[in-house]
Amino acid sequence: MPIKNPEKRALAPMEGLSLWLKKNLFPDVKSSVLSLVILSLLVKALGGLMNWLVFDAIWEGTAQTCRQGEGACLVFIKEKFLFIIFGFFPRELLWRPTLAMILLIAMCFYSREPKRWNKKILYKWLLLVPLCSWLMYGGLGLERVDIGQWGGLPLTLMLSFIGFVFSYPLGIILALGRTGSLPFARSLCVSYIELIRGVPMISLLFMASFMFPLFLPDGWNLPKLLRAQVAIIMFMSAYMAEIVRAGLSAVDKGQYEAADSLGLNYFQKMRMIILPQALKIVIPPTVNTAIGMFKDTSLVAIIALSDLLMTTKTSLKDATWLGFSVEAYLFVAFIYFIFCYTMSRYASRLEKDFSFGAHS
Amino acid sequence: MSKTIINLDEVNKWYGDFHVLKNINLKIKEGERIVICGPSGSGKSTLIRCLNRLEEHQSGQITIDDITLNNNLKNLQSIRKEVGMVFQHFNLFPHLTILENLTLAPIWVKNQTKEECERLAMELLERVAIADQAHKYPGQLSGGQQQRVAIARSLCMKPKIMLFDEPTSALDPEMVKEVLDVMVDLAKEGMTMLCVTHEMGFAKQVADKVIFMDEGQIVEEADPHTFFSNPTHPRSIEFLAQILH
Repeated sequence: MPIKNPEKRALAPMEGLSLWLKKNLFPDVKSSVLSLVILSLLVKALGGLMNWLVFDAIWEGTAQTCRQGEGACLVFIKEKFLFIIFGFFPRELLWRPTLAMILLIAMCFYSREPKRWNKKILYKWLLLVPLCSWLMYGGLGLERVDIGQWGGLPLTLMLSFIGFVFSYPLGIILALGRTGSLPFARSLCVSYIELIRGVPMISLLFMASFMFPLFLPDGWNLPKLLRAQVAIIMFMSAYMAEIVRAGLSAVDKGQYEAADSLGLNYFQKMRMIILPQALKIVIPPTVNTAIGMFKDTSLVAIIALSDLLMTTKTSLKDATWLGFSVEAYLFVAFIYFIFCYTMSRYASRLEKDFSFGAHS
Repeated sequence: MSKTIINLDEVNKWYGDFHVLKNINLKIKEGERIVICGPSGSGKSTLIRCLNRLEEHQSGQITIDDITLNNNLKNLQSIRKEVGMVFQHFNLFPHLTILENLTLAPIWVKNQTKEECERLAMELLERVAIADQAHKYPGQLSGGQQQRVAIARSLCMKPKIMLFDEPTSALDPEMVKEVLDVMVDLAKEGMTMLCVTHEMGFAKQVADKVIFMDEGQIVEEADPHTFFSNPTHPRSIEFLAQILH
């Protein structure tokens, strides 16, 4: 029987590989030469990295053995792992932030399915927030941990997660205000957005840290962490507002007209017709900003909060372990990457779930 | 003698300096089927879009079912409850199923129960021969099917008046008939209809009156037989010559 489409026919595993190689890397002499050159360069570069990171890596020993060896000092990472991840949180209580983080991440994945989006899931989230705070802060039978001792990954996750959760609805409100028909609300929203967007986040953090207490009545004070959190929310919501506004204007004008002609009022129209479509359109830039913010939370180091990057830097200052910054920064970069990449995948799955049977 | 349900008195509208509607006077009685035609840019779409305030008129008075159309939101709300509209590009809500598209407005605007609305919605979908698609999304339907759904969506509000803004202009030719058939049925049931269309066959078949507009004015108003066989205004004669070849 003749084979109609050679591409589609089932191939033996090795045959498939050689075909692929032939087609993609060695179709003719010129390409073959280029492929070989690039491959050899890759092998050389990656080989060096692999040697350093894996084959010559030092897993056991002390700082001294590391300095004598050739490879990456993974002993350092092992030694400082808990400090980088948890900062100054009391060592014997580490199960608490660990559990809080696991619960938060698990809940995020649980919420990914749009079919689970109902009132129940809202209650679960509303239960989770005090639960996590209790785990972190203590009280009610758990030992108290001062907010000043929080640090590392839980702190970074908290700042960015709570930052997102609050700034997203705030951004929506700002965007609606800016596009709405009330002149006063519009100029208020425009001023807020332009003002906040026009200054660097660092200056907002400084203000939150040093100026904010001046505005509070005597004897009142908010922990520095909360003030930083407020600054992050303020900053992020201005960006979210502009993203949502882009979404609002991307929704077809006919959708607004259809909703109007059916007699829906402004809030019904926005809530049920326009926002669901607008927010879906802007999932990619929303995630873009969320990822940016996740990394930007490292700026809180400037007001002496020990986020993930700060704990890494602090661990490098240990006199016995001086000089392993490459290992430390690679490790922390790896953690950041895992989270950012997960967010990106999460969002693209979400986007797919909202395609509503459209062909595009 | 049935009562006047739509009354336009000296209605004017401008887009900036451009005078789109010039002194429009129009009375439409309950149950009348009106076809509005005219060259593009003549203001016919603008005219019917003024009736449910998708466009705002600047002077003159529009009264619909004894309610004056003005800046009073309550009036506007009551008018929109009674006036259904079908658009050229369907404008179904793509993130809702067909059934949800139909039931959304009656549930939220008329505070009817979900069961009640769904029963009526299925009846209407049955009528436009599309009940088997009730749980699909608009993106999965053909243009003709979507436009039938759009008509059913408007009917689900039990309107007294239906406005059609070139309902067949965006359709593939083979789908025009299925939409027109639904509209003819609706006309036979005595719905008050205002229809901007170039489907002259439809006008001849169901219209009580044809209104010809040009440059923002109503140039000619006649029953279809007179309009097609014996137009009086030179612009109407020219227009008819062009579209009927």
